[in-house]
Amino acid sequence: MSRQGNRAGDPRKVNGELFTLTYGALVAQLIKDYENDEQVNKQLDKMGYNMGVRLIEDFLARANTGRCNDFRETADVIAKVAFKMYLGLTPVVSNWSTTGDEFSLLLESNPLTEFVELPPGHSNLNYSNLLCGALRGALEMVQMDVDVRFVQDILKGDNITEIRLKFIKRLEDAVPVGED
Amino acid sequence: MSKEEEFKLMYGMLFSIKSFVSRLSPTDMKEGFLNYSTSKYKLHFFETPSGLKFIMNTDLSVGSMKDVLHQMFSSIYVEYVVKNPLCDLGQPITSELFKNKLDEFVRALPQFTVKPE
Repeated sequence: MSRQGNRAGDPRKVNGELFTLTYGALVAQLIKDYENDEQVNKQLDKMGYNMGVRLIEDFLARANTGRCNDFRETADVIAKVAFKMYLGLTPVVSNWSTTGDEFSLLLESNPLTEFVELPPGHSNLNYSNLLCGALRGALEMVQMDVDVRFVQDILKGDNITEIRLKFIKRLEDAVPVGED
Repeated sequence: MSKEEEFKLMYGMLFSIKSFVSRLSPTDMKEGFLNYSTSKYKLHFFETPSGLKFIMNTDLSVGSMKDVLHQMFSSIYVEYVVKNPLCDLGQPITSELFKNKLDEFVRALPQFTVKPE
């Protein structure tokens, strides 16, 4: 996504506002289609997941990074390479748990919410929940089962947007039938 | 042998070689298993961190194809399968476009030569 408006040279880049507004239209439609915010959150997560599953391949092809040695390295790659590549921003990695299996991504700005104000009665809506799903889907494809959720959101009046990632387990390669 | 059986055998063999190689290695593997040669052919193997495996059989005289396979992943697979929403990931690829692009790519490789009659 380009934040600099018109970049006719690269057909892969779209205008930043178009991106933000398209996402807004998507969420608005989901709110119309589903009864409550919980269900909208779930749908956003599901869509994000499906995106993440594909996005990771594009990421691996473009970033050409190897496998991460630990979760800290994963956190760094997510913040400094992935977010930079796809959203043009670099969240701060912080609030590590003492066991090193949980951390937060702190976002001072969020391009998805640029023109957004949550109307009253939608206090449970995680507007940018698609991001959680995308992170979950992408990490699952590199054999990491991770729980991703919003804990703070500027849209809800918090000072910062915080996404919490919790490592659950490593997914093993499937063993073919009849093999050791 | 049916394609499916052949595929299972292939997967089993590569899985075993991979785990064998990783157990033999005294240190953490960097690149791991890359290729093997028999008296008839050479098999090249490349795996992405997402577990996708690329395999190519070549003539014995061909050197490392690691970069070629990576390029195949990034410029053919990602472009024409991952970015095609109609391609179901995890299913056999039926896209004609993918097939054509892959064919084009392989034919343009310096290692590619037509077998003399």
